[in-house]
Amino acid sequence: MTSKAKPSSTIAISLREVRKTFGEVVAVDSVDLDVFNGEFLTLLGPSGSGKTTVLRMVAGFEALTSGSILLDGEDVTGVPAFERDVNTVFQDYALFPHMTVLENIEYGLKVKGVARDERRNRATKILEVVQLIGFADRKPNQLSGGQRQRVALARALVNQPKVLLLDEPLGALDLKLREEMQVELKSIQQRVGITFVYVTHDQSEALSMSDRVVVFNAGKIEQIGTPQEIYEHPATSFVASFVGITNLFSGDRAQQIIGRSGTFTLRPEHVQISFDSSQTGLSATISSIQYLGAESRVHCTTKDNLKVIATVANEHLSRVVLGQLATLVWKPDAVFEVS
Amino acid sequence: MSLSTSSQIAKHKTQSINRFFASHPRLGLGTLLSGPILWLLVVYVGSLALLVVSAFFGLDEFTGKATTNLTIGNIEEVISESAYRLLVLRSIGIAGAATVICFMLALPVGFYISKLAKPWAKRGLVVAILLPLWAGYLVKAFALRAVFEPGSEFGDGGFLKNTIGWSPGFGYLSVIITLAYLWFPYMFLPIYSGFERLPESLIDASSDLGAGSIRTFFSVMMPMLVPSIAAGSIFTFSLSLGDYITVKIVGGKSQMIGNIIERTLLAPNQPLAAAFTLWPITIMVAYLFVMARLGAFKNL
Repeated sequence: MTSKAKPSSTIAISLREVRKTFGEVVAVDSVDLDVFNGEFLTLLGPSGSGKTTVLRMVAGFEALTSGSILLDGEDVTGVPAFERDVNTVFQDYALFPHMTVLENIEYGLKVKGVARDERRNRATKILEVVQLIGFADRKPNQLSGGQRQRVALARALVNQPKVLLLDEPLGALDLKLREEMQVELKSIQQRVGITFVYVTHDQSEALSMSDRVVVFNAGKIEQIGTPQEIYEHPATSFVASFVGITNLFSGDRAQQIIGRSGTFTLRPEHVQISFDSSQTGLSATISSIQYLGAESRVHCTTKDNLKVIATVANEHLSRVVLGQLATLVWKPDAVFEVS
Repeated sequence: MSLSTSSQIAKHKTQSINRFFASHPRLGLGTLLSGPILWLLVVYVGSLALLVVSAFFGLDEFTGKATTNLTIGNIEEVISESAYRLLVLRSIGIAGAATVICFMLALPVGFYISKLAKPWAKRGLVVAILLPLWAGYLVKAFALRAVFEPGSEFGDGGFLKNTIGWSPGFGYLSVIITLAYLWFPYMFLPIYSGFERLPESLIDASSDLGAGSIRTFFSVMMPMLVPSIAAGSIFTFSLSLGDYITVKIVGGKSQMIGNIIERTLLAPNQPLAAAFTLWPITIMVAYLFVMARLGAFKNL
């Protein structure tokens, strides 16, 4: 990296054909990925898909089997974790239980030899960012899960790393708190302007926070894109079914319903249930109704046993009756071909 | 036919016993614990109480038997006599030295087995370290006697003398080494399980925040191991402090509190011997108190 041209400097992390095996098991299989400076990037995938291993390799906890990782254009493949300018927020927070909140937050600065006054200064500022002023002298076991989460975040952010890595940081929180923290994390990220690489298996979390989402499956990247692209134009059947729920048609079914061969996805919110017998569409019987609060999910079955899911607003639910014959209708552009 | 009725009766009996205890929970607990409680009161507390009380007994000079004429003379003697005080200090020094050696060895070994050794090697290594516990105490002490034997004009030297031409001989150094050898597993086990309890993510976190392995060891691992170290040291220290057989086997002319207690007891002066035992009891109570403050009993 001799040239200091602008375009390359906008890339924070580059993964080049990164591969990781544990014995016989291939955890990560030749992954290429560029993370841009200042973006909120989410690695999304089911457990065992390799997303956490990628994060741990970027952090330096896990050695690569082959390939290379560049941080700010510099090859850090063999550089140990403690010399990399990235910080991690761990799934279990990994707060030092024998240290106070303040000592935890100052640890990284202390290790790097930052003077006491500056340490105090930066720690106080970051405590403000995560809204934990007044908790400085508590021990981690005197904090709630949400507060520990914030301390873990502060402990990493106070070092002003080039990249912050977050390994399912909200996994241990209850739903309400998790949603609050999602909003807060996003706003903190925008305020501090640090690149966030976020690992999660929760697709709604990925969609709501990220600038871009990378969908992992079986150690490989299935698709990279903005939340809209991922949700509305899934590239593969895996992405279509993992991100949100969907109706997939392939083989004969596709030929029969779409009129073409291939694999197609149709989101349930694009399926309308009509009881007007003059309408042309797919006729099916209402086989079950799932009440979800804001809306309902209606499962329909055609006479040759194809199942189609439709989302129905609750105001229209009274018209939908179990066992009733209905016509399913959708706009042609709601159907996408996937690989 | 008769078989089935008798088993029915038996079933009926256990059923009514179960019902009786279910409706009288306190009585059930009493039945469960009365045996152990009696044992603890008589054997644990009773014998100790008797020992402390007998320290205040007088001695019949002619028969050498304890009398119930109460006196504090024995206590005064074991406290004021400077030779005794020196002996106590020396015993503390020996027990302390053995404890420190055990600690210095157990720390790296525990770290290696817990954090670095391959999973399949772990169990084998732990068993190998605990294995000597199943060998007799005397066997091990005499084995080391054979190692330390300095030799004399009447007999050959031991293993060390014959191989490297030097031996610590029989004395305090050999006592300390032998005690450290005997009690090492008791220090190793709590330290090893302390390392096992230490979450891997804390080590990752420290490294992530820029700390090298030495820094991580002293700033993160050691402070979290203090309770384990304290717990281990209670074993090594108390077992060493009360020992008197090792001293006899590899100590030459050396003496510890245990030896003076034994000698006094055989003198015979049972009340004075009892008074001597107050030394190790007091020291251990104080030691336990300090270790409790360090969290030694947190993980019980």
